Amino acid sequence: MTMRRLLQSREAILLAVLVAMVLAIAARFPQFAAPASLANVFNDTAILIILALGQMVVILTRCIDLSVAANLALTGMIVALASLAAPAIPVPLLILMALAIGGALGAVNGILVWKAHIPPIVVTLGTLTIYRGVIFLISGGEWINAHEMSDAFKAFPRTVILGLPVLSWIAIATVALFAVLVTRMPLGRAFYAVGGNPHAAVYTGIDVGRTRFAAFVISGALAGLCGYLWVARYAVAYVDIAAGFELDVIAACVIGGISIAGGIGSAGGAVLGALFIGVIKNALPVINVSPFWQLAISGLAIILAVAFNARAERRKGRVILKRAEQAA
Amino acid sequence: MSDASSTPQPRHIPDTLGTRWGRRLRSWETLLIAVLIAVFTINALSSPYFLNAWNLSDATFNFTEKAMIAFAMAMLVIAGEIDLSVAAIIALASTAMGHAATLGFGTPALVAVGLLTGLACGAFNGLLVARFNLPSIVATIGTMSLFRGISFIVLGDKAYTEYPDSFAFFGQGYVWWVISFELVLFAVLALLFWVLLHRTSFGRAVYAVGNNPTAALFSGIRVARVKFMLFLLTGLTSGIAAVCLTARLGSTRPSIAFGWELEIVTMVVLGGVNILGGSGSIGGVVLAAIIMGLVTFGFGLMNVPGIVMSIFIGLLLIAVIGIPRLVSPQSRRVE
Amino acid sequence: MSQPVLSLSGVSKAFPGVRALSKVSLDLFPGEVTALIGENGAGKSTVVKILTGIHMPDEGEIRINGKPVLFATPHDAANAGVTAIHQETVLFDELSVAENIYLGHAPRTRFGLVDWTAMNRDAAALLLSIGASLDPQARLRDLGIASKHLVAIARAMSIDARVVIMDEPTAALSAKEIGELYALIETLKARGKAILFISHKFDEIFRIADRYTVFRDGEHVASGLIDEVTPGRLVQLMVGRSVDQLFPKRVRNPGDAVLTVAGYSHPTEFEDINFSLRRGEILGFYGLVGAGRSEVMQALFGLTQPSRGAVNLAGRVAAIRSPADAIDLGIVYVPEDRGKQGVILGLPIVHNVSLPSLNVTSRAGFLRMAEEFKLARAYTARLDLRAAALDQDVGTLSGGNQQKVVIAKWLATKPKVIILDEPTKGIDIGSKAAVHEFMAELASEGLAVLMVSSEIPEIIGMSDRVIVMRDGRIATEFANDGLTPEMLVSAAAGIGVDKAAA
Repeated sequence: MTMRRLLQSREAILLAVLVAMVLAIAARFPQFAAPASLANVFNDTAILIILALGQMVVILTRCIDLSVAANLALTGMIVALASLAAPAIPVPLLILMALAIGGALGAVNGILVWKAHIPPIVVTLGTLTIYRGVIFLISGGEWINAHEMSDAFKAFPRTVILGLPVLSWIAIATVALFAVLVTRMPLGRAFYAVGGNPHAAVYTGIDVGRTRFAAFVISGALAGLCGYLWVARYAVAYVDIAAGFELDVIAACVIGGISIAGGIGSAGGAVLGALFIGVIKNALPVINVSPFWQLAISGLAIILAVAFNARAERRKGRVILKRAEQAA
Repeated sequence: MSDASSTPQPRHIPDTLGTRWGRRLRSWETLLIAVLIAVFTINALSSPYFLNAWNLSDATFNFTEKAMIAFAMAMLVIAGEIDLSVAAIIALASTAMGHAATLGFGTPALVAVGLLTGLACGAFNGLLVARFNLPSIVATIGTMSLFRGISFIVLGDKAYTEYPDSFAFFGQGYVWWVISFELVLFAVLALLFWVLLHRTSFGRAVYAVGNNPTAALFSGIRVARVKFMLFLLTGLTSGIAAVCLTARLGSTRPSIAFGWELEIVTMVVLGGVNILGGSGSIGGVVLAAIIMGLVTFGFGLMNVPGIVMSIFIGLLLIAVIGIPRLVSPQSRRVE
Repeated sequence: MSQPVLSLSGVSKAFPGVRALSKVSLDLFPGEVTALIGENGAGKSTVVKILTGIHMPDEGEIRINGKPVLFATPHDAANAGVTAIHQETVLFDELSVAENIYLGHAPRTRFGLVDWTAMNRDAAALLLSIGASLDPQARLRDLGIASKHLVAIARAMSIDARVVIMDEPTAALSAKEIGELYALIETLKARGKAILFISHKFDEIFRIADRYTVFRDGEHVASGLIDEVTPGRLVQLMVGRSVDQLFPKRVRNPGDAVLTVAGYSHPTEFEDINFSLRRGEILGFYGLVGAGRSEVMQALFGLTQPSRGAVNLAGRVAAIRSPADAIDLGIVYVPEDRGKQGVILGLPIVHNVSLPSLNVTSRAGFLRMAEEFKLARAYTARLDLRAAALDQDVGTLSGGNQQKVVIAKWLATKPKVIILDEPTKGIDIGSKAAVHEFMAELASEGLAVLMVSSEIPEIIGMSDRVIVMRDGRIATEFANDGLTPEMLVSAAAGIGVDKAAA
């Protein structure tokens, strides 16, 4: 029984760890826990949160998307080039463009997994290198720098509304949307079914391939959105932006308790996993630890989280003896 | 399948029906050889500098270090696991060697430090996966961050560059004429791993574990031990690659070999190893390694940047895995 | 006679190299149970897959209430009211009971979102109506197999299924649970559902079915009312000739004790297991599913660690910590789940056979292929394996021949004790007889055999002695002398067996 409660409150444990961490830092460095500072941490983590939510639905269907960071970089570059060529394009249109391009790049992954039956890790490993290469082709290896971008282009994610930048609001909206998607929408529940038991899913009338395709399109669209947000926020676009970021995204999911075997996880978990990484990244300079510690700490956190998840998911042995049944 | 109706007379079962099994295996390698010839021909026709012994010798450095790890990785993937921390092990092993070098260790001691660091990292991965049953893909994403993270903690934005002169041999030395030490090491390791995978009972156990770990356990295979040994092997080969790479570059930064893990996995998959485990061969990996090296080199001669080559490798990867699955639906496997 | 609610006519289906069905017909009537009978490979599972929309027939017609329909996807089949309850009930362990019932057709709110409140409420009502006291919000993984069946049946009710397919629903149930299932089937019949009941067990068929249909080698052989047929006639129809299920005659002269187990206990699975096994003896283990028999065997084979007790092998205390230890000591195990634990699909026959004997066939760790083939040739010939070549993938063999490969693999290690866990489960009658024959031969050569079986004829027909287990303990031991099915069933079920023993 306690086991079950523990399982259900995986997110609660992570939240407790996160709060404890913030409090411990605040005990020595109170300025870290100031609302403005925390809001800044959140804003800094917003892109990771959005990508982690997209990755979550892919992992829920027992797949993996290694191409998100390359998708982000490619879409970011295309959007930046488009804005450069036609500065009159309004930002909302650019965002729609980013969603569409990212979604299309995700659809390429999805089609290959669905129709060609290639393992997702191979597909996205392939598209990861292809997308990076394409950035070079379309940009000629050139950087697009801040002074080349229009002000509107750069300003949008930083515009402050009700005390928070638009970037943060987009992350919050995505979280809300995904919480509804995975708990209340038939497609969201299909993600769990497909990852939990693909064979059984077929019998309930769920098309496994199509559902996975949908997950890749969603993940891709969010990566595209983040492409614009990243390029606009950091005001630079080049081939290698967000290189290796896909592993941070997967790490956020793993820390958030999303099972790599599929079918287990929640939007709250993904958000907390991302925030965990974000808090560590932002706290290190505050507590005067070299930022070079960040990588090792997230590595350790991933290992601990995986170990914890594995323990929680372990199947119970068969209980046959009456005596043991009562004791359990 | 009409067992019941046939007469119960012992029948002679031939060992093999022609070479169907062998033919299928060979066909993959035939495909790779065809690609290799094509790449070689295109390169030779498009650049007058390609068919030059020294240039070709230089080209081998594009794949030798990665391929050493790819051999061990191939066995690990056949056994149904994966190690994404290999490049991070290179970074940590290189950092350890750099640190030892500043303490005045000689070349033999440096090599020992590199190999032992690799082994220790492999043992740690093996412990997590084989002993604590963690899924290797995420466990090694964790150790990848951890190992490289330790390098960053030690080095920050600095670098180790004080290596003894004799150390350079492992990355820059030539055994005979254009034959580099690394190329010889690559060939020796290819042979050793070919024997290990295809000609020993350990190799057979690897296939058994990869096809069905439960049934392998039920057949008396010590599955956890086999997996642990394989992680040790990837750790060790990563240590060997770290020695060669560090010696070749003459310096260590924490970002050394960044992103290699995905290139190595690509090499393994391109070599015909089933990413879901159970099948693959060392010969295929050798061919894939040479193809990837020559493509990089050829594009380099044509002044095409390396990043564009990645488009080619990515397409090749998807095409080479996807086409057989589209053509024969039976080769699909439900994961 | 009423109209069939569902009928197949002239349905054929071919797979590469196999003609699975050829022009079969099948009629299912409302409020009646139709038993589909046939050997393995007769085409039963293909029919189930066609009815549930997994496969499309190559030719022929499916009619629902007389109207032709096309099941292009599983969704079409579900929409037409056809639902299946499978051998290993395929549901979602991580989802709740309510969602398992309503996945794919969950109640929605005005906004098209899943209405959890309504779903839980409806699920509770539905479960109550079929007499299942389950919490709709419980996670499925926390339930036993029988409860999972109830969830599957509730699911069938929830989509207002007209046709319920039950594919060996009793395979993993205890006698009590089977009784409950029968009661539920009566409820379904009373509500006018047409039931397709697939089973290998004749007592079940005659207990629950109204009609029968027999397939053989992908062809329809006969159908009719169950009251107008005898078990013997059905068997004849199934195999195409008359077979009396005879067990091999054996000369019983057991030798010295090989294996002695004393005070063997496990924290949750079994307790105080004592027995001894002699050379040339077949010791049967009977009990209900879940009585702990396989668990004892798996501990003996080193798969789990007992907490107390001693194992004595040929006079010496044996420490068994892994299957590799057990094999070294001469104990081998033919598992119940052949596909997952027995053969290694994807590897050729020869590698399957030589796998535990590699230390013999190889030299200093290096493989000697010729030795492997020699070994495989010798033992597969002994078992009369039917295969095209020894380097053929073991997955291309029939179930019975796969079982022969597993047994050959173990005999090649020259064991002292062989443990057979449900050795003939799910294999056709022909192979079954061959396995029995062979078991007798092994015993006569001095091998000690432990046989776990849930099939009473097999237990009585093959064993020298029988141990009956109940709730993780040894309930009683019988010498096989005038042993009756009633005695076994009463011992296995403890009290309250009058119903089951009938």
